[in-house]
Amino acid sequence: MAVPDVRPAELPVVVQLQGVRKAYNVGEAFETEVLHGIDLTVRRGEFCAVVGPSGSGKSTLLNIIGLLDRPTSGTVEVCAAQTTRLDDRALTRLRGHSIGFVFQYHHLITAFTALENVMMPMLGDKEFANDAMRARAEALIGSVGLAAWKDRGAGKLSGGQQQRVAIARALAMGPALLLADEPTGNLDTKSADEVFALLRQFNTEHGTTVLFVTHNVAMSERCDRTIEVVDGWITRGG
Amino acid sequence: MFKTWLPFEWIVALRFLREGRLQTMFIVAGVALGVAVIVFMSALMTGLQMNFIQRVLSAQGHIQLLPPKEVARPLRLGVHARPGEVEAAILQAPLQRLKSIDQWQAVAEQIRAMPEVLVVSPLAGGSALVVRGIASRAITVAGIEPALYYRIVALPDKVRRGTADLTGGEILIGTELAADLGVAVGDKLRLTTAGGADTTLRIAGIFDLGNKSANARSTFVALRTAQSLLALPGGVTSLDVTVRDVYTAEVVAQRITAATGVEADSWIKNNAELFTAIAAQSTSNNAIRFFVGLSVAFGIASVLAVVVVQKSREIGILRAMGISQGQVMRVFLLQGGLLALAGSVAGSALGASVLTLWQRSARTADGTPLFALVLEPSLFLSALALATVTGLIAALAPARRAARLDPVVAIRG
Repeated sequence: MAVPDVRPAELPVVVQLQGVRKAYNVGEAFETEVLHGIDLTVRRGEFCAVVGPSGSGKSTLLNIIGLLDRPTSGTVEVCAAQTTRLDDRALTRLRGHSIGFVFQYHHLITAFTALENVMMPMLGDKEFANDAMRARAEALIGSVGLAAWKDRGAGKLSGGQQQRVAIARALAMGPALLLADEPTGNLDTKSADEVFALLRQFNTEHGTTVLFVTHNVAMSERCDRTIEVVDGWITRGG
Repeated sequence: MFKTWLPFEWIVALRFLREGRLQTMFIVAGVALGVAVIVFMSALMTGLQMNFIQRVLSAQGHIQLLPPKEVARPLRLGVHARPGEVEAAILQAPLQRLKSIDQWQAVAEQIRAMPEVLVVSPLAGGSALVVRGIASRAITVAGIEPALYYRIVALPDKVRRGTADLTGGEILIGTELAADLGVAVGDKLRLTTAGGADTTLRIAGIFDLGNKSANARSTFVALRTAQSLLALPGGVTSLDVTVRDVYTAEVVAQRITAATGVEADSWIKNNAELFTAIAAQSTSNNAIRFFVGLSVAFGIASVLAVVVVQKSREIGILRAMGISQGQVMRVFLLQGGLLALAGSVAGSALGASVLTLWQRSARTADGTPLFALVLEPSLFLSALALATVTGLIAALAPARRAARLDPVVAIRG
C-alpha cells in the first residue's frame, strides 16, 4: 500500500463542513434534528471509514457531503467550492465532475450492459469524445477485473460483480471524492474484501479521497482514519 | 453497445422503452388503435362530405343569377287620408311572370371577366305540357347552350339512349317521361305552353338523372327553342355560374350582386340544410377525435407514470452521477413522443388498410364504390404530428415528476 509522502495537514482540503445541522419537518411539531452542528475536514487522498450505529446520521452526512441533500444550516465546501448558494444546476455539475457514489445496492441501470453503465456519466456530461469515452470505460471495467463481462447486461452479473461495475462507474469522471455508503453490506466476505481492496487501490493509485460507511469493524480498522457518528454528533475522528 | 452519436437522452429513452418491451408494445398498440380510428373516421367523413357536395353540384351551377321578382307597391298612398288619419294599404302579392335578366349578355360578359369564374351559362326555363296521343305530362323546359351548360352539368354522361347534341328542333327527355309516353329516340313530341305557344320536337336523347321525379319532369332544349316557346325572345331566366373554388361561391356571389345588381344565389346559400348537416357531422367527428386523442394521452401518461415509479432508483442514481433535471425530463418526454410516433405510424397504416378494405366492400347495388375515399398524405401527416404532440404533452407530467424526484429518496427507494 502506497503511503502519501506528505503529511495530511499539508494536502488540499476536499471536504470542509462547518456547523452542519440537518433537521427534518422543520417548523413542525415533530421536527427532528439528525445532525447537530457537524464540523469535519477531509483532505485529498484520505481513506476514511465512517462508522456508527444505524440511525446515527451516517447516510445523511454522506448525502450532504455528496450534495444530494442540503443542510438546514452550516456550510459545506467540496473541492474548494462553497456550495451553500449554488443552485441545483451548479450542484449537479459539481457532483458530476467531483464526486462519485457507490451505494449498498449497486443501482446499476439494468437496461444497459456493464460497459454502458460505466460510460453513462461521461455520456451525460457530453465533454468526452466517443472514442475517449469508450477507452476510459474499458480501462475502468478492466481495472475492476470485469473485462470479460463488459458486454453482459448489468442485471445478469453477480452481486459482487455489479458492485465492482458500480465502483468503475463512480470513477468514470475521475472524481476527487468517492462516497461509498455501505458498499460491502450486501456482499459475502470474499466479494466484500474484493470491493474494499478495489476502493483502496483507487485511493492509493489516483489519490481519490474515499469516505467509506461501514459496520464492519475489521474493515474500518484498515482505513487511514475512522470517523464515528453517534446520535448526530461526530464523537471520534472529526 | 449503444450508438454514442445519439444524445444521452435518446439513448436512455430508447433503452427504457426496449427494456419494457411488453409495456411499450401494448401502449403502441393502444395509440395505433386510437390513431387508426381517427384516420378512418376523418377519411370517411371527408369522403362522405365530398360525395354529398359532388352530388349536389353535379346537377347545378355553383351560383345562379335570377331576374328580380315582381314587387307590389301601393300607389297614391295617403291621398284619401284626412288630417289625423293614417291610411293603411293591403298589398296583394303580385304574380311572378316569366321574366328575363335585363341585359343578360352584358352581365354574363362582366361575370366571365372575373378571375374566380370558370363558366357562365345562360338558361331559359319554364313549364310546358307535353302531349302524345291521349297522354300528356307537365314538364319543365330548360333552354340551354349545350357547349356551356354541359361544362356545368355533365348531361352527356347521363344520356342512356341517343345523343346529348341538341339542335333547334330537338329535345332531351328523362327515362321516366319516355316510359310514360312510350317514346324512343327519334320520336316526336308536341309541347304546349300556358301562353298558347306550341312546337313539335324530335327526341335526340333520353337521360337518367338518378332521380325518378327529375326523369319524369325535366327536359332540355336549345336556348333559342326555349326562348321562342316561352315567349322570351332573346331573354334568359337565369345564368348558371361555376367558380374555381366551390367553397368561395358565396363570396363570389356577393361580389357578382354588388358588381351587376342582379341577385346571385350561391349553392351554399341554396343548400343551407346540407351545410348544417355537414357542420353537425364535422362537429361529431371532431368530438370523437378529441375523446380518442384524450384516451391516447391518458394511456401514454399512465404508462409513463408507472415507468417513473419503476425507474425511480435509476433516476436517482442518474441524478447522483451528475445528470441534470432537464436531461431526466427530456428522457421521459422523448419516451412519450416516441411511443406516440410509433403508435401513430402503425395506426396510420392500420387506418389506411381498413379504409382500403372498406372501400372494396362498401359498394352500391351496381358494384360501383359507394363513394370515393381520398387517402390524402396531409391526413396521415397531421395524424402523426397530432399524435406526437399529444404524446409529448401526455409525458409532461410524468417527466416533470421524474425530474423533480429527490435523489436521496429515490435511491433509498
